[in-house]
This record gives sequence, C-alpha cells and structure tokens, in this order.
Amino acid sequence: MAEIALINLRKTYGRVVAVKDVSLDIQDGEFLVLLGPSGCGKTTTLRAIAGLETLDRGRILIGGRDVTQLPPGKRGIAMVFQSYAVFPHMRVYDNIVFGLRMRGMPADEQRRRGEEAAGLLELTDLLDRYPAQLSGGQRQRVAVARAMVMRPDVLLMDEPLSNLDALLRLHMRAELKRLHRELRATTVYVTHDQVEALSLGDRITVMKDGEVVQCDTPARIYDAPATRFVGGFIGNPPMNFVGGRVRAADGGSAVEIGGVAVPVPLPSGAIGGDVVVGIRPEHIEVAASALPGAVPAEVVVLEPAGPNQLLTARVGREPLKVTVASDLALRPGQRVWLKVNPARIRLMDAVTGRAL
Amino acid sequence: MRLRLVGIYGAALVIGTWVAVPLLLIALAAFTPRSMLYAWPRPLWPRAFSLDTMVFFLRSTGVWSSTLNSLVVAVLTIGLAFIIAAPAGYALARYRFRGRDALQLSILIVKMFPATVLSIPLAVAFIQWGLYDTLIGVAIVHTALSIPFVTVIVTSVFVGISYELEEAAMTLGSSRLRAFLRVTLPMAVPGLAAAAIFTFVLSWNEVFAATILTLDHRTLPALIADSVISAGAPLHFRFAGGFFMVMPALIIIFLIRRYLMTLWGVTVR
Repeated sequence: MAEIALINLRKTYGRVVAVKDVSLDIQDGEFLVLLGPSGCGKTTTLRAIAGLETLDRGRILIGGRDVTQLPPGKRGIAMVFQSYAVFPHMRVYDNIVFGLRMRGMPADEQRRRGEEAAGLLELTDLLDRYPAQLSGGQRQRVAVARAMVMRPDVLLMDEPLSNLDALLRLHMRAELKRLHRELRATTVYVTHDQVEALSLGDRITVMKDGEVVQCDTPARIYDAPATRFVGGFIGNPPMNFVGGRVRAADGGSAVEIGGVAVPVPLPSGAIGGDVVVGIRPEHIEVAASALPGAVPAEVVVLEPAGPNQLLTARVGREPLKVTVASDLALRPGQRVWLKVNPARIRLMDAVTGRAL
Repeated sequence: MRLRLVGIYGAALVIGTWVAVPLLLIALAAFTPRSMLYAWPRPLWPRAFSLDTMVFFLRSTGVWSSTLNSLVVAVLTIGLAFIIAAPAGYALARYRFRGRDALQLSILIVKMFPATVLSIPLAVAFIQWGLYDTLIGVAIVHTALSIPFVTVIVTSVFVGISYELEEAAMTLGSSRLRAFLRVTLPMAVPGLAAAAIFTFVLSWNEVFAATILTLDHRTLPALIADSVISAGAPLHFRFAGGFFMVMPALIIIFLIRRYLMTLWGVTVR
C-alpha cells in the first residue's frame, strides 16, 4: 500500500516562496497530475516527495510511514527527470539496473528484471548502446525503465514528455498510461500541459503561486473549475469569461449577459450582484436570427481548425470564443445570436474569481 | 568581414611569432656544436647539428637529482592542491551558500601578492618551522600558487556535469557520496586529469620560490637559475637547460590544449 499524504508543506528559497502551504492525499495506485504554470511550485512539491528538497515545514507520509527525514533512496520512490538524467558513461543496460546494483541485488536477478523492463519499453536491442547513441525518445524510455525496474511504491515524473516532439509525445503518453495500468504504482506526474493532464490523470491538482487551487477528476476540473484561473488555464481555447449581473426572474433567478436575461438556477442570496460568467466555447450555439434568451453579438473573425471552426465574436465590448461547425459560413461584422447552454454556465465572484 | 579576418589572423601571427621565435632559437642553440655557438657572425640556421651540448648539460652535477626533486615537488603539489581545491571546486559548482562569492574572490586574492614581497618573510618562517630547503616546503608554496587555477578548473568541470545525474543516482538508492563516486567522478576524470597536468606544468616551471627556499635540494629551474646567476654557467649550458626545461611543459600543454580551452570557456560562460 502506498498512499501518499502531504501535510502542510512549505518551501522557500531565500525570500521566494516556492510552496506556500500544500496538503494533499493521494490514493494507493492513483495517477495524480500536478498541473500549473511555471513557477507554481509543482516541481518543488514533486522533488519534496522524492526527498531532493529539504522542507521548511510539513510532513510527508508514504504508505503511512513518515519519510520526511529519509534520504531519497530510502523512500520507496523512483523518479523520471525532465532531462531524463540518463548516465552518459554507462551503457543502457547498466543504466537500467543501476538502482538494483545499489541495492546489492544478485546479478542473475538483476539481469532478469533488467531484461523484463527493457522488453516492456522496447529497449531490448539497445542494451549495449551508450546514451549518446540514442534518440531523445529512446533516452526517455531508458529513464522510465530505470525507474520501473525498481518496482517502486511511488513513481514520480517531472515533465517526462516535454522534450519530445509532438508525435512521439502522443505515443509516449499512451504508453505511460498503459504502463501505469499494468504496474499500478502510485504515480505523481508534473506537467504544465493541460492536455497531458486531462488524458493521463485519475485526478488533477491545479497549482498556482505555491498553493493548490483545485484537486479533482479531469471531468470535474474541466466542467466545474473552482476558480476563474482554473477555467482559463484548462481547455483549448480556454473558458470564456464575460461580465454579468444576477437578478430575480419569473420562477427563479437569471443572469444578465449583454442585456439579455439567461435563466440560471442560483441560491437566492446571490441575487443583485455583479458576477463573471464562465462558459466554454463548445457550450454556445450560434444562430443567424434572434431567438428568445439569445445574446446578440458581432462576428469578429472565423478561423478554420480542422474538424470545426473557431469563431471570435463580440458581446458589447467583450470578446467571446465559440467553436462552431466547419460548414457554417459567417462574415466579419455580421450580427449573430449566441444561445448559451444554461446548465453549462459557471458563475464566479467578480472580485475573488471563486466559483459561486 | 574580410578585414576582420585579416585582423584576427594578423594578430594571431604576431603573437604566435612572439611566442615561438625564442623557443625556436633556444632549440636551435641547444643542438648547435659548442664551438659554433661562440662564432661571430653566427648564422641564424646552424650549419651543423650535434648532441654535445645536451649531453654536457645532462652530465653536469646535480641535473638528475634536481630533476627528481622537481618531479617529487610537482607530485606533492598536485596531491596537496587537489585535497584543498577539488572539494572547494565541487562546493562552488553545486551549492549556493552564504559567503560563496566571498570565497570565490578570496581564492583569487592569493594572486594579489607578488612572490617577491612574500619571499623573505616566507623564508624566515620556513627556517623557523624547519621547512626551509625541504621539498615539502617548496610543494606547499607551489600548492598556494596553483589553488586558484585548480579551483577554477575543477569548478568548471563539475558545473559541466548536471547535478540531476547525482540526484537520479540518489533516488535509485545511492548515498550522496556513492552518487558522486559512481556517477559524477567517472565523468569528471578527464577534466580533473587536465587540471592535474596543468598543476604539474606550473610547479615544474616555477623558479622564484624554489630558488629562495632551497639551498641543497634544488629543483631543476632553481638549479639552472642558480648556475646561470651565481656560477656564470656557460652559454651552451643555458641553452641546453632551457630546452630541457621547456620541452615537457610544451608537450603537455600541446596534448591537453583542447581541454584547457573548453575548461576556460565553460568558466567564462
């Protein structure tokens, strides 16, 4: 069992606060993604779990055992580095079994496990090569094999795919998902790529300025962002935000966008305040003529994007992105009506940016 | 662009000539028959070559024993300098600690005091400590002289080896020391060897401190300088001695030249 508990972690470098106060519970066998912009503290958090950073404050438990004071090698973890950190002066085979050697495992057992890991990552033909003779993708697989051969309770990965080209990244992403399903090690995965996070994670932890903003399943993170930041960080194109005003309407409440009232179920206390209306581009429909409850807008630009088109429209002065069918013909300057799916609206506090 | 190239190559030619011509003249003189050295007018290119001068030099009193002394001093210097400068270089490359910049600067401060100023107090102190006229005494001074270079080179060697490699080794179960020994050190060996050779050349060529601090246990440069200055050694002895002195340094620097260039290059970056 290797559930991880992070309790009130804090790490500063001089005056710079890298991790402010992070607490997280990670389930046994879970694939947890730490997601956030650069400088949000995600890598520092990961390195703290690995034991490569000494914390100012806080405790780390792995499988119920307090590992806060233990060196990296005694925590039952293995790590894949962004730069791969493959040892350049050792052959691929020696790289893979390095950790087993450090553990003093018998040579025949080393060979058996090393070859098994090499087979799993399609490295069997490359075992006698030096890292300099490998491509970036192969080196990356060596780094993964070297971590996996340890059969760690916890596998830590620091942006392992960021140095690969786009096609290879897509392939390796699926590979990592398959490996996780087969090996079931608790995995903590750091990335700044939201697509990676959405496709890999059982849960995603979004971080900003050294703090956890939201920790939830990919679907919840996408559909119900906890703050304006999360909505704007995830999704391509990201969530739209327009100013609105909540008021009472017949049979409940409504939010006023561009002078049109859109009925939205809301707790009664929120009525009468300014809000930010968050809505994803795919949850807006475009009509060429006026409809009840549709918001008038002006077409700014239309960009074809393969399976669909990206429409940039203007509601009052605020720009809005809408994904529309690829056969829809619109002219810049044309007047359109946007029908917003009320069930998909996410209202946020105009000042704090928190979801209501 | 064209003009720039001409300028660069012109400057290189001038500097190269300035360095190479004396070396060439010494080498020619060292292999010229003794009688011809004193002939006047002497041709630039000797009409005959002979090994007489070199043989005479190598058979002179004290040459072999002082060569041995020089080797012992150089080896001691390399050992002492590495004991002190290698950990310092590693720390400067790997850690951000309070006083790091001050340390880096203070390493260079050694270079601020000319050996001439230090020599008399140093000789007095060495006599008191019983280090005067000993090889270890000379080695200690040479160590002080070489520490700045060795520290700078070692720092750049370790800066060039990613710390993540050591961290990776640590996550795979090695201790900090073992990670260094198994991962960083093997990769650093060529660079450290270059630093050692550089230290050897520095000690092998050092004449001032060696002359002041020894009497009977002369190193080779001290012996030659002494024979020339106080005993008025003949011209051919000087040329042969100079040639004998300069060759090891020249060959070694030639062999590790590429290394030294990259090392200093890394440091500058």
